[in-house]
Amino acid sequence: MTALLEIQGLHLGMQSFDGEAHVLNGIDLTINRGEIWGVVGETGCGKSLTGLSVSRLVPTPPARYRAGRILFEGQDVLSMPESELRKLRGRRIGMIFQDPTTNLNPSFRIGDQLVDVALAAARHSERTTRVAARDLAARMLDKVGIPNAASRLDDYPHQFSGGMRQRVLIAMALIGQPSLLIADEPTTALDVSVQAQVLALLKGMVAETGMAVMLITHNLGVVAQSCTHVAVMYAGNIVESGRVAQVIRRPAHPYTQALLAAIPTRHVARGALQGLAGSVPDLLAPPPGCRFAPRCAHASAACATLPATVAVEGGHRVACVLAHA
Amino acid sequence: MIRFLLRRLLLTVPVLLGLTVLVFIIGRMLPGDPVALAAGPNASAAEIADVAREFGLDRPLLTQYGSYLSGLLRGDFGVSIFTRRPVAEDLAAFLPATLELVFAAMFIAVAVGLPMGLATAVWRDRWPDAVSRVAALGAISMPRFFLGLLLQLGFAMWLGWLPLSGRFPITEDPPPWVTGFLTIDSLMAGDLYAFGVACQHLLLPALAMSLSPLATIMRMMRASTLEVLQQDYVLTERALGLSRSLILFKYVSRNAVAATLTVIGLYFGWLLGGTVLVETVFDWPGIGLYATKSVVSQDFMPVIGVTLVIGTIFVVSNLLVDVAQGLVNPRVRVE
Repeated sequence: MTALLEIQGLHLGMQSFDGEAHVLNGIDLTINRGEIWGVVGETGCGKSLTGLSVSRLVPTPPARYRAGRILFEGQDVLSMPESELRKLRGRRIGMIFQDPTTNLNPSFRIGDQLVDVALAAARHSERTTRVAARDLAARMLDKVGIPNAASRLDDYPHQFSGGMRQRVLIAMALIGQPSLLIADEPTTALDVSVQAQVLALLKGMVAETGMAVMLITHNLGVVAQSCTHVAVMYAGNIVESGRVAQVIRRPAHPYTQALLAAIPTRHVARGALQGLAGSVPDLLAPPPGCRFAPRCAHASAACATLPATVAVEGGHRVACVLAHA
Repeated sequence: MIRFLLRRLLLTVPVLLGLTVLVFIIGRMLPGDPVALAAGPNASAAEIADVAREFGLDRPLLTQYGSYLSGLLRGDFGVSIFTRRPVAEDLAAFLPATLELVFAAMFIAVAVGLPMGLATAVWRDRWPDAVSRVAALGAISMPRFFLGLLLQLGFAMWLGWLPLSGRFPITEDPPPWVTGFLTIDSLMAGDLYAFGVACQHLLLPALAMSLSPLATIMRMMRASTLEVLQQDYVLTERALGLSRSLILFKYVSRNAVAATLTVIGLYFGWLLGGTVLVETVFDWPGIGLYATKSVVSQDFMPVIGVTLVIGTIFVVSNLLVDVAQGLVNPRVRVE
């Protein structure tokens, strides 16, 4: 059986005034049905671009795919005609973005927006009417926990709170029953208390539908709580990936170790937070070899060539010379 | 909504009142003696005084203003000291012609400008965009009267497709007067021939007037469409599989139009006040022509009347834009 999503050696360049930045530097990622992948990394590491690439939503130009393939259910997304892509979007791949206040069209009732997505996602064999789609929209809103769902279809986005809007967006992303959900920082813009609710909702919906999820976040806590697998990204590379239990308990890459060490625990004294020295490399002129080497405590001469990704133990893969031994 | 409208309408009263004061004072402070002009070149001092008394111009300015205001409340705009006709009657005769012209011009500007703005935004930086940019710059910078002359030369003189000037030929029977809009009146009378004639006469002056608002509306619409296309919700709409045309014509256009509406309202009032040149070139019997003639003969009652009417329409058209904003943009809707 083919994997649901297979990203192979994806290289993405981004044209800027100063030249082409090499923002994705050979991404390999395989997501199977039923898996919930957390993709973590700091701002600018390429995690959002990876997510957008799956539906080919990165504007080209300025971006340019230099190499690699993205296979969704065996079909290459990057070489697909636009008309085929639209059959994937909303129908096979759902997406949720970070800021619920800007991702709903302010001039239209949410019912209108839900119905249009439902109609676009309806397969040819099951051509639905607007009335039926409206019915479905009300049921979806009810499912994501919006009270009086049927009557709220006629409300405008500004009549909802932030958390409620994210629920509406989740309903919108799932109304086409996709088999893969890409959630790009879906809780970052929400209050902490609302974050937990939305995450719980997402987990519930995933458990119910059995879809796979790519959860893009910079919060390792969220990953530990909600994901089965995790991929850690740094400056356009996946440096470490595997089951959450493997990666978080036995991090093999120095960057993952540093990330985990930066999370304060109860035993840390006040004011004694551990950071990571240095800053993200300039992607216009990245360091040759391992891009993390300039900040790495264990760096050696061997790091001057790009380390191959090797398996440490079943499914746990690391791109670091330390693991090569 | 009704309360909002009433409140806004009430607020326009002080604005218009201020306008009357300004125009009244400026009208009287102009150099020259309109009374002497009206009395005739050979009038004696006694005859001039008679004319002044007849129109109440010998009274103190404040009294004159007071009686003008109380007249306004009764719909009386005073009397022209030249033609001795009530200004209200003249306005009723000339205003519809100007309004018809301005409406036609705005219709062309909006009907062509909005879709073209959307199109040039979608084809950003490709040749249709470049061509339209140059054309728009030309349309905005070219004086309207000159454009009118060019249109006359091309379509009336060389091609002979359209009449040179005027509103309706005197050799034909105009439709019975109902609204004063010849196009509407002829349709109401079921007279398609007269409707055709009216449209032929309307087309060139309306075109001449429409080009600069058309260009501005197009550029505004282009800019706001480009801005809307950058919004997060457009990405979400694409990510969830909505078709390009649905996103553009339904979801993007409504948001983009909202930003353009204000310009449309402003242009409407601006065109109304600036019809003089086009009306002169096309010999169009509207209030622009009427106002010019009155200014030249220092006949201030018609001038005040025209100013007030244009001011009122300006205020009302801006009010309508606010209402339309609410229809397009639910966030500014008033409960």
